[in-house]
Amino acid sequence: MTDVLDAPTGNPFGKRIKRVEDPRFITGEGNYLDDIKLASMAHMAILRSPYAHANIRSIDTSAAKAAPGVLWVGADIPYNPLPMAWPAGGSAGLQNNINTPRVLATDSVKWTGEGVAAIVAETEAQAFDALDLIVVDWEPLPTVVDAEKATQAGAPQLHENAPNNIVFEWSVGDKAGTDSAIDDAEVVVRQRIVNQRLIPNSMETRGDIGWYNPGTDEYTVWMSSQTPHIQRLLLTAFVTGIPEHKVRCISPDVGGAFGSKIFCYADMALTMFTSKALGGVPVKWVEGRRENYQSTIHGRDHITYLEIAGKRDGEVTGLRVKTLANLGGRLSTIGPGIPTTLYARVLSGCYKIPNVYAEVTGVYTNTTFVDAYRGAGRPEATYVIERAMDLFAAEIGMDRAEVRRRNFIAADKFPYENPSGLGTASGGAKIYIDSGNYEPAMDKALATVGYADLAAKKAEAKGRGKLLGLGLSTYIEVCGVAPSKWIGAVGEGWGAAMWESSNIRVHLTGKVVVTMGTQPQGQGHETTYAQVVAQELGVPMEDIVVQHSDTQGTPFGYGSYGSRTSSVGMTAAIKAAGKVREKARKYAAHMLEASPEDIEVEGANYRVKGSPDKVKTIQEIAFALDLAFDTPEGMEPYLDETSYYDTPNCTWPFGTHIAIVEIDEETGHVELVRYVAVDDVGKKINPMIVDGQLHGGIAQGVGQALWEGAVYSDEGQLLTGSMLDYALPRAAWFPNIELDETVTPSPVNPIGVKGVGEAGAIASTAAVANAVIDALSPLGIRHLDMPYSNQTVWRAIQSAKGGQA
Amino acid sequence: MIPAAFTYERPTTLDAALTALAASGGSAKVIAGGMSLLPLMKLRLARADALIDIGRLSELKGAKATADGGFEMGALSTYAEVIDSTTLAFARDCLLGIGDVQVRNRGTVGGSIAHCDPASDAPALALALDYSAVLRSSRGERVVPLDEFFEGPFQTAMESDEILVSLRRGPLPAGADGAYRKLKQPASGYSIVGVAAVLAMDGGVVSHARVALTGVGEHPYRANAVEAALLGSDGSAAAVAEAAVHATDGIAVNSDIHADRVYRTQMAKVYTRRAIDAALGRPA
Repeated sequence: MTDVLDAPTGNPFGKRIKRVEDPRFITGEGNYLDDIKLASMAHMAILRSPYAHANIRSIDTSAAKAAPGVLWVGADIPYNPLPMAWPAGGSAGLQNNINTPRVLATDSVKWTGEGVAAIVAETEAQAFDALDLIVVDWEPLPTVVDAEKATQAGAPQLHENAPNNIVFEWSVGDKAGTDSAIDDAEVVVRQRIVNQRLIPNSMETRGDIGWYNPGTDEYTVWMSSQTPHIQRLLLTAFVTGIPEHKVRCISPDVGGAFGSKIFCYADMALTMFTSKALGGVPVKWVEGRRENYQSTIHGRDHITYLEIAGKRDGEVTGLRVKTLANLGGRLSTIGPGIPTTLYARVLSGCYKIPNVYAEVTGVYTNTTFVDAYRGAGRPEATYVIERAMDLFAAEIGMDRAEVRRRNFIAADKFPYENPSGLGTASGGAKIYIDSGNYEPAMDKALATVGYADLAAKKAEAKGRGKLLGLGLSTYIEVCGVAPSKWIGAVGEGWGAAMWESSNIRVHLTGKVVVTMGTQPQGQGHETTYAQVVAQELGVPMEDIVVQHSDTQGTPFGYGSYGSRTSSVGMTAAIKAAGKVREKARKYAAHMLEASPEDIEVEGANYRVKGSPDKVKTIQEIAFALDLAFDTPEGMEPYLDETSYYDTPNCTWPFGTHIAIVEIDEETGHVELVRYVAVDDVGKKINPMIVDGQLHGGIAQGVGQALWEGAVYSDEGQLLTGSMLDYALPRAAWFPNIELDETVTPSPVNPIGVKGVGEAGAIASTAAVANAVIDALSPLGIRHLDMPYSNQTVWRAIQSAKGGQA
Repeated sequence: MIPAAFTYERPTTLDAALTALAASGGSAKVIAGGMSLLPLMKLRLARADALIDIGRLSELKGAKATADGGFEMGALSTYAEVIDSTTLAFARDCLLGIGDVQVRNRGTVGGSIAHCDPASDAPALALALDYSAVLRSSRGERVVPLDEFFEGPFQTAMESDEILVSLRRGPLPAGADGAYRKLKQPASGYSIVGVAAVLAMDGGVVSHARVALTGVGEHPYRANAVEAALLGSDGSAAAVAEAAVHATDGIAVNSDIHADRVYRTQMAKVYTRRAIDAALGRPA
């Protein structure tokens, strides 16, 4: 491994450089939402429903109003319900029976934790104490928490406009072709698989501070959000009716999000409303961890029936999938988009499966709403196809790697139009898999783990009383979902654009300020943007500051999620840097009395071709141009350029992950003993940050396979309501994660990057699942639903030994 | 995550603490390291009108060998202090499996015993080592063997005006050794099953057997039937396996989302066998 550098020498692009933001994060000098303390600030607490389904007969707030320190109590906010931006569309048309949360629930609650009343008090403790004094007259109603049960006859009904609790029924792909491929196949394997519900668990929970300025009639809202610009748009145009230009949104340092902070939440509007109601007292709300578990979105929660068809020689000819997606009691901002566009359109993964058809039904249940969680749809798709490939290989008795090899899209077939809907996408833009070269990555991973010696490894483990299993996951990922005309199209995406923005100013002293529309949550953007801009302009990294997260100081941007920052946002920065360079070149020509075509740029130096001593640095150019004492006709002062970049296509990382597990047959305990990941994320801006993203993503994906899972009682109580019962992965449970790479630059953007925020989480769950099933396969087990807790695995072993598998 | 309002008192002597506790008429809770009570209060799952903080009482600190060759440790001995000072490797193993560094630095062994969480490790370890609880009130002092002390989930033989001041045991039999084996609930780190075994052999037969389980029943308990089956046996793998099947005899075995009754019962037997084997020098 190359040394990690404190600061770069020479060109920083592609170097392992320590993150410039880390000193403040690890010394307690970060500025997270709860670190912000404004003068006269009051504190809000939200009363949340103890029932998963109930009518509210009445709410008596009189005792709470009289409690010490209480400034405001309310249960009815005259704002619109929260927006839902991504109705499912596609071939089956629009059938979205939309119900979104109100800022506070008025007539009924649909899940345990839905907010019904709020209190603002002088201190947080006073607000919480007064919550106990609010009296709600509840009429409990029957509950349903399972998506399959919710769609069956006689199930409790959540919403009048959603018969059988169905949000939408959506399909994609060629139904007739896939039906006949399956009907005519030599081999068909069918399996019901569950992708269990997860809780995102960012280190920092959410929170907001709303401040109404009565002097200007303007609002400032600090929020722990991935999307301050989008929230300003949604909160004004859809929820509150306050004009957009009267609201400023600021995301301070954000301590993790994993998708959960993309969305528009009721509490944001509530702090705005209450601050105005109190005449401009800033109102802070910080979410507790248990509150976070109930009231911030969950992820995954699919029940899928898969059918994979093919020939005995290993060729897969068809994939048919029916998925029930549990979306919770009401819809989150883009809930329906996750199990449709972001899931079913990439179900065929890295394989050239000719016939693919998927039906997805979105379902209401009495559970927390479900939306994007790290990978958002693609981990679910990868889990389906990677389990399916193993099931198919087992059925025909062929090696799993060989089956994959035979079905990979060949390296010379890119750009590749897949049959599960990307090519048929509406909105006038066809989406292609931009690039790929799948075999070398798989071969590298197989060689690293010594795949040829697997039988010997299993025998050796058996001698120690352990069942050893190896699992493969040959995944693809979709990063930087775009272009706008695709993802903005009605029925396809979320009804808004997906370009990104960057502004670069070179100040008079030669120092560079980069502002961007993306929004870091721990990814190290302040480092990577600086690396790229330093490379592009030839200025030292320490002369660059990267600013973000404030709608007042940054160009509009869609924020950071879906691994879009490096491919879309970074390209915007490169384009802006290119504009700066071009203007600098013109001004250098003026200073050096040459024509712009004769100026060659090398790093910071702008030199007349053939006259090496006739040179101006970008700092000299900036000084002169910013002063503007001598500006050529038609040129404006200052080096200040903005770029808005709409990428023509998504980028498509891929790779092979291999997990090796050992199972204690007597207890069912699964130990992850080896993990090898060969990822192709294209060019890397900072390989150290790439490694970190992969480590974290792999840990979360392994977490789903082995430990994590939100469990509800039939009554809709969240039984895994805290970290005492919801098991997060811990470092000590992992072997050293062995990372390797292949490098296939993306042709979509000028620097050949793809994105890496989600790859680890997308690939690893299936790798571990396949390893566990492989270990159990000698017992005749061919599938088991996650998480593989000791008890689950032990029970499967007992059942198999009893001949019931 | 903010507890309901409470009053807080930090007496500087044990007598003052006992007086305050008696004066509260049972409404006050005693707090030492705060590693169990405070989280419950912050979640508002437990409420206390008043807290009496005994965390700095020097009378409850320190540990010493007793005249009879036994051992006595103050109730305020932290896990970390015992880990650093104990000569019993299996006790160190057990305590290192509790919480994290911060919890072990703050949490006290006496607090864990008095709290009587049905899945705590320290009570099982202390049971297997034949500890007794030394209880003090303004009425005087009494000593209760731990196998009469634990009565139910979060219920002990302590009266509401009593404070656990120390834990005391007699000498271990010659040649005694022990082991602790634990199946962790992955989220909380508490025991789904935790088994402490302390055994001694004499003349080729098991002469001393203490086997205590936590996580399995309403409170940590000694598996009397296992101990009886072991005593006088040759301690062979077969004898241990036979004894271990009695690990839950007479116990209403717990069931929750992490381990139902069937699985927990089976694991109680497996981990009992493994702990006894390890104590006899046959690590699984």
